[in-house]
Amino acid sequence: MADVKDVVIDVAGLQSLIDLLRGDGWTVRGPMVLDGVVGQGEIRSVDDLPRGVGDEQDAAHYRLRDRGDDALFGYVVGPQSAKSVLFPASELLRRVRTGTGSAVQPEPPAKPEPLALFGVRSCDLEAMGIQDTVLLSRSAVDVHYATRRAATFIVAVTCSDPGGTCFCVSMGSGPDPREGFDLALTEMLDDDGHRFLVRAGSDRGAQVVERLPSMSVTAGDRAAAASVVESAVGRMGRYLDTDGIRDLLYDNAEHPQWDDVASRCLACTNCTLVCPTCFCTSVEDTTDLATNTDERWRVWDSCFTSEFSHLGGGSVRATTKSRYRQWATHKLAAWWDQFGSSGCVGCGRCVTWCPAAIDITAEVAAIRATSLSDAVPSQPED
Amino acid sequence: MRSIDQLLREQPFFASLDDDALALIAGCAVNRHARAGAYLFRDGEPADTFFLIRHGRVALETHTPTGGSVVIETLDAGEVLGWSWIVPPYRWQFDARAVDDTSIVVFDGACLRGKCDDDPRLGYALMQQVAQVMLARLQATRVRLLDLYGVPL
Amino acid sequence: MTQAVDDAAIESAVPAPDPMLPRPFRVFGRREDTADTVTLELRPLDGAAPPFEPGQFNMLGRLGVGEVPISISGDPTDATLVHTIRDVGGVTRVLAAAQVGDVLEVRGPYGSGWGVHDGHGGDVVVVAGGIGLAPLRPVMLRLLAERSRYRKVALVYGARTPADQLYADEFAQWREHGIDVETIVDRGPAGWRGHVGLVTTLVPRIDVEASQTLALVCGPEVMMRYVARALIERGVPSERIRASMERNMKCGVGVCGHCQLRQFFLCVDGPVLDYSTLAPLLDVREV
Repeated sequence: MADVKDVVIDVAGLQSLIDLLRGDGWTVRGPMVLDGVVGQGEIRSVDDLPRGVGDEQDAAHYRLRDRGDDALFGYVVGPQSAKSVLFPASELLRRVRTGTGSAVQPEPPAKPEPLALFGVRSCDLEAMGIQDTVLLSRSAVDVHYATRRAATFIVAVTCSDPGGTCFCVSMGSGPDPREGFDLALTEMLDDDGHRFLVRAGSDRGAQVVERLPSMSVTAGDRAAAASVVESAVGRMGRYLDTDGIRDLLYDNAEHPQWDDVASRCLACTNCTLVCPTCFCTSVEDTTDLATNTDERWRVWDSCFTSEFSHLGGGSVRATTKSRYRQWATHKLAAWWDQFGSSGCVGCGRCVTWCPAAIDITAEVAAIRATSLSDAVPSQPED
Repeated sequence: MRSIDQLLREQPFFASLDDDALALIAGCAVNRHARAGAYLFRDGEPADTFFLIRHGRVALETHTPTGGSVVIETLDAGEVLGWSWIVPPYRWQFDARAVDDTSIVVFDGACLRGKCDDDPRLGYALMQQVAQVMLARLQATRVRLLDLYGVPL
Repeated sequence: MTQAVDDAAIESAVPAPDPMLPRPFRVFGRREDTADTVTLELRPLDGAAPPFEPGQFNMLGRLGVGEVPISISGDPTDATLVHTIRDVGGVTRVLAAAQVGDVLEVRGPYGSGWGVHDGHGGDVVVVAGGIGLAPLRPVMLRLLAERSRYRKVALVYGARTPADQLYADEFAQWREHGIDVETIVDRGPAGWRGHVGLVTTLVPRIDVEASQTLALVCGPEVMMRYVARALIERGVPSERIRASMERNMKCGVGVCGHCQLRQFFLCVDGPVLDYSTLAPLLDVREV
């Protein structure tokens, strides 16, 4: 990568960045207030961003609040992640016109819209890397994910105001974006003005930086940016002890805590919907007699449904207990054996969006406190 | 021509009995042969014998209205057959038919019960063997009841 | 003016054809094996059927209906693809009803094979229950083809009744080629002269040297647990016992997540797994 120095831009510079990306043919998609949450939509102007908006997050709790300042990124993640666009809930795999003879020619997949993902948090960046491993690096490449991924430009943002359910520090995935982005911004709002430190993380990111109206970075800027990160690290809402977690969960499959969770869990699948790394899907084949068309769709699925583990005689995981255990054990333990990393990035969405206020960090801590495992003996919290 | 003691000594069922015990039991036993197709006993007949199969195969059967005689279990060389001598009313519950030409050692039930009464240690050792075989058959029968090859469980 | 994304970048991101798109195969032969099981012979409309290893499966489907994983039950050296399908409802009902001339769709072959070559120079025991003989039939054919590379080879096959046995017309040929075939049923009709009882009861009687034996087991999961136990009691090392596991599958290529048995994707890491790996997992209910 060309040795491009970091720069600082002001809010007008941020608008220039948006204009530049749009001019290059990218559709800029970023955070905006929609339906009472920080959702995702097309960004044409800095005015589209959630200026002065903050969020309060806790188990089964999400509220927006007025920060009383002009910060454009003063909140953390809403319910959606990059998964919504890179790995959409329904993806057409093929469409076939029947009655045209024995040769079945699928229509080629549509070319993806070039998307600049604006304001990606480091936890979601980490999640994209994890989905890359799952969907691109193994023997079967998901061609649709690969195509969409190749058509994205990433502008990441450092978190300055972590939410009550954030635990990226526990998972080693934030709050500062480290790699996998084209550009990374750190917002600073202090006596020296409202400005952004811009780092390039790729060649094409560097090319964009060179075209931005920018200022050089002062020592004061560096210190301010560092203190944003330091402050964020110290304000995590949750903590997950990941020491020996794989063996802890493998060895505690019969721990009574699973029954306890099951008495609260509704198996509503919210957690798997909002989780940025959940990748389970189903395949649906449909026939439309009116148009003589057969379609094969890939759709999101969830291990919390009763049909997920259906076999000839019934479902292997018939109880909510077994499904919650499957999800947590897969996410935090089996993922290591399968993909060489944790499946959890500590974004906190599953805690915030669970209607039963189930907190995965609390469940694991409860198991750890009274572990049945010889390999990972019980460690009651102090 | 080997004695019954020697024949029994070869059988895994009696492996845990010492020679004296074996000699006592052998006193209750005679060698028999059954031609292929012959019945060793029939459902409902008085049952006061214990069988040990030396060679061949015996099929346990029951009679059905439209299916004729259905085979429920087969037993091969080295296996034992017949518990009805242990507990009253001493009646067979199934037919037993020699599938092939079969050599069997037949033990008189009353004789065996007498020997066990006289020598409880012998009785206990014999019952332990019997219990082991019964347990294995019971477990196997339970698994068969699951009808695993039928509609998937 | 820089263009956001060029076609070359997109193309290079996708190295191979989409594994979710099937190939059409035509049914050339159909045999009704039992009351609920049929064997179909299939050939691709274009090109040749891909080679497969015994133990592998295809995602087999019908346009507009859906797909299910079905083990390949044919000869690995034969160009014709063979599948034995049991009608348990849903997509399997549609597949089992396929007639000669119908077009079905195939993706695969997928999964790990039995690896019977690991038994070279030693004894091989194959234990099958019910439809479980279908994924093992390619193994039997390979054992026949290279019989001299193994010492003793035995098949123990349990079924409900003689009428429910698969491939019974081939057993005589297998015996002629030095395979000890013992069959056992749950219930024998009048005059039945074969074994009647649970398949595990034959395990102690197989004439093999347990410590030199590779055991391949396939059938209902409960049956496989009891058979494995009987084999271990006999002295067959648990890492030399292999079982073919079954779970719900939607993609067959390790991305839909349905077939996971804890950390194992049965479509990629399995379906054949060794028993030393499986045993602790089979003890946990609903894992």
